[in-house]
Amino acid sequence: MVRSILSPLDFSVEELDQLMDLADDIIRDPAKYAHTCDGRILATLFYEPSTRTRLSFEAAMLRLGGKCLGFHSADSSSATKGETVADTIRVASCFADIAAMRHPKEGAPLVAASKSTIPVINAGDGGHQHPTQTFTDLLTIRSLKGHLDNLTIGMCGDLKFGRTVHSLIRALVRYANVKFVFISPKELKLPSYIRDDLLIQNNIAFREVTKLEDVLPSLDILYMTRVQKERFFNEEDYVRLKDFYILDKKKMSMASPDMLVLHPLPRVNEISTEIDDDPRAVYFKQVKYGMYVRMALILTLLNIKPE
Amino acid sequence: MSETEKRKQYKLNVGKIEEGFVIDHIHPGRAMKIYNDLGLDKLECSVAIITNAFSMKMGKKDMIKVEMPLREYDLDTIAFLDHRATVDIIKDGEIIERPRLELPKTITNVIKCHNPRCITSIEQELDHVFYLTDPERGTYRCKYCETEWVNQNTRK
Repeated sequence: MVRSILSPLDFSVEELDQLMDLADDIIRDPAKYAHTCDGRILATLFYEPSTRTRLSFEAAMLRLGGKCLGFHSADSSSATKGETVADTIRVASCFADIAAMRHPKEGAPLVAASKSTIPVINAGDGGHQHPTQTFTDLLTIRSLKGHLDNLTIGMCGDLKFGRTVHSLIRALVRYANVKFVFISPKELKLPSYIRDDLLIQNNIAFREVTKLEDVLPSLDILYMTRVQKERFFNEEDYVRLKDFYILDKKKMSMASPDMLVLHPLPRVNEISTEIDDDPRAVYFKQVKYGMYVRMALILTLLNIKPE
Repeated sequence: MSETEKRKQYKLNVGKIEEGFVIDHIHPGRAMKIYNDLGLDKLECSVAIITNAFSMKMGKKDMIKVEMPLREYDLDTIAFLDHRATVDIIKDGEIIERPRLELPKTITNVIKCHNPRCITSIEQELDHVFYLTDPERGTYRCKYCETEWVNQNTRK
């Protein structure tokens, strides 16, 4: 039976360690992996546009020696003719060895995985799951901090709608002595199913604050997020909240010299470009780690080991 | 009016069934929903629906009597719609079994996911499947998008 990855929790902590160990080895010796996927094809089934995620998947497969095919919007797929996700994946299974699917509807990759004869990777389904972003965040933190336990992690911005934040919290609570500080305006606080059902029920230490300056010195990691316009029904609320937090040089001067700034990108105004050259700003390095972790994931799901 | 007089006043005679099942102690007003969701309207056998019958325990209750054997999956639907109801299985005019009703772990095509971003909102042929995630609160989550659905029928 083929294995698909639909949620970050589909991997146990041990499996995640193995995935990140493999990514580390690829970073150390990329030449060793340059032909591991020779003759293999990745299908990128993207029903909605995405720059980073699609390029990252394609770069990952190309760097492993494989090839890619696919579509980049629903308009250029048979979905416009009314084809179901189940039929599309059955067809793609005939052409490719592995598929990455992005879909605006939540649960579409689960439907695909249930009918597929090749591994399916969820590359983002609506506001639901985006496992490879979580793997990217974990690999970035582990590579640059050396560990995933004993950390104080600040999450700032849109904590209500941000799926990357929710997935990362779910993944990090499995590590020992991780403390969270949630920084958001009251309108964008964490939903109760994360705050009450996950954090409180599992006795995870966390604080909720509004002011970023108050907590900056205590953080090991600051995970910034964008306030997403498409989540608001009211333009006025969006305008009021979009620039609630702007991380600039002045604020960075209050942070610890070891604190790392992560962001799932794209950023708008929440991180000033003046801190891009600060060594603590690692969001572009994070993009590269994303490619390495996707390389590791493709190899893992195809069960390929370097010779 | 005494309890006995009340019972007499509300007494409604519906013939005894020989083989079939009786769903009793249904929350008043919920019988028609159970009738529809079990698909009893499609049967050709005798079905009696009694609403607002007198009940010592509940004050008022609904009942359904059906003259055909109970299908196993019907129990899940009944439990989901009213897990405090009781079911009596009748054979040769006698109650031979009273199965215990528990909230089903999975419920298929009884409720629909109302999340407009769920894949079920555009692909009509998909089953609407919900998993029980919190039996205490009667919380179910959609298999596809994990949207919460709290079962209001789990009255305390």
